[in-house]
Amino acid sequence: MSIMEYNGGCVLAMMGKDCVGIATDLRFGVQGMTVAYNYEKVFDVGPQLYIGLPGLATDTETVLQRLKLRVNLYELKEGRKLQPAVLTSMVANMLYERRFGPYFVEPVIAGWDSKKNKPYLSTMDLIGCITETDEFALAGTCSEQMYGMSEALWQPDLNADELFESISQAMMNAFDRDAVSGMGAIVHIIEKDKVTTRKIKTRMD
Amino acid sequence: MAVVETYAGYGPIQAQRFSPYADNGGSIVAIAGEDFAVIGSDTRLTVGYAINTREQNKLFRLSDKTVLGSCGCWCDVLTLTRVLNARMMMYNHEHQKVMGTQAVAQLLSTMLYYKRFFPYYVSNILAGLDENGKGAVYHYDPVGHYERNYYYAGGASSALLQPFLDNQVGLKNMENVTKEIISLEKAVAVVKDAFISAAEREIHTGDAIMINIIDKNGIREEKFALRKD
Repeated sequence: MSIMEYNGGCVLAMMGKDCVGIATDLRFGVQGMTVAYNYEKVFDVGPQLYIGLPGLATDTETVLQRLKLRVNLYELKEGRKLQPAVLTSMVANMLYERRFGPYFVEPVIAGWDSKKNKPYLSTMDLIGCITETDEFALAGTCSEQMYGMSEALWQPDLNADELFESISQAMMNAFDRDAVSGMGAIVHIIEKDKVTTRKIKTRMD
Repeated sequence: MAVVETYAGYGPIQAQRFSPYADNGGSIVAIAGEDFAVIGSDTRLTVGYAINTREQNKLFRLSDKTVLGSCGCWCDVLTLTRVLNARMMMYNHEHQKVMGTQAVAQLLSTMLYYKRFFPYYVSNILAGLDENGKGAVYHYDPVGHYERNYYYAGGASSALLQPFLDNQVGLKNMENVTKEIISLEKAVAVVKDAFISAAEREIHTGDAIMINIIDKNGIREEKFALRKD
């Protein structure tokens, strides 16, 4: 089994009209054994700025801690909060520093770009190759299932409520067909000046 | 002392082992309704990144009431369906009647398990009408384990297709819906939508889909174009 599938878990993000959503499952396991079902893989790293770090859980936490250091240094030095595109470059740069001994995480970044006044969504592989998109981005053990669902349920210009429904349905039905993801989910819907966070109950097997 | 460098590996050079299997891609979706069954498959035949043909039908009409969708190692598909047709003809001559869907389902399982230790590398889904005229879908693993379902996806894109069917046909994770058996129009639309999504992301699936609709009037065939890249 690949090291990317050791702990299980997934993150899905979708762009809507003046909003962007990002969701995570809650399972933490060691191969087949479920250890916890309150393990969020999406983190708040700025105002209306979220990063999802599915992959090897130890690296999720290391990358998050090292990222927080860099974010704090940036904010002190520049005297302003960071934009989503800046965070994307920062994470990509951090991952590429470990090009030949990588952190086993595939980040997904969703946030509100207050300079361009529009939602922002990007993803990258474990060595920091960035893809910016205005559709959807996903990573994790049930990526195939999420691609199948998202290609069918996503469409341009979804409003915040429709976006929540699309993300939730895509994620739930995808991880119900994956043994190492699931156990509930948390969905953040990011809009211009608010973030709505909801917890979803799903089947627990 | 001189070190004799042979080559990059260790031990004697061995001939490339012949692999008896190929993966030729392809995907199948089947949905059973009250008095009909719908089965669809894509028409792309691949080997790795190469496309051998864009118009290979993967649905096999076994009788007026039964259609088999088969994909995986194409040479095994051809062999399996030839032998299956022959066995059905023998049954026909012996009993003077056409084999029913349930009987075909059991025969297929037996034939697959007969090759338990050198299996047909094939993903099979059987669709048809049972002896009561109700829609039936059976799916198989390569060594003959089988199960009757209302809907199923198999082949290269099964991981992309199956959760969509769970949601749209099985109505999984849906609130405030009445669980009713799917209509023919909805079933055909779901098959098309599922394949459109799969063709978007899975390179071994695409070009077109062949859809067979099985009901008491016989089998109707429909072709629907997918992306060809």
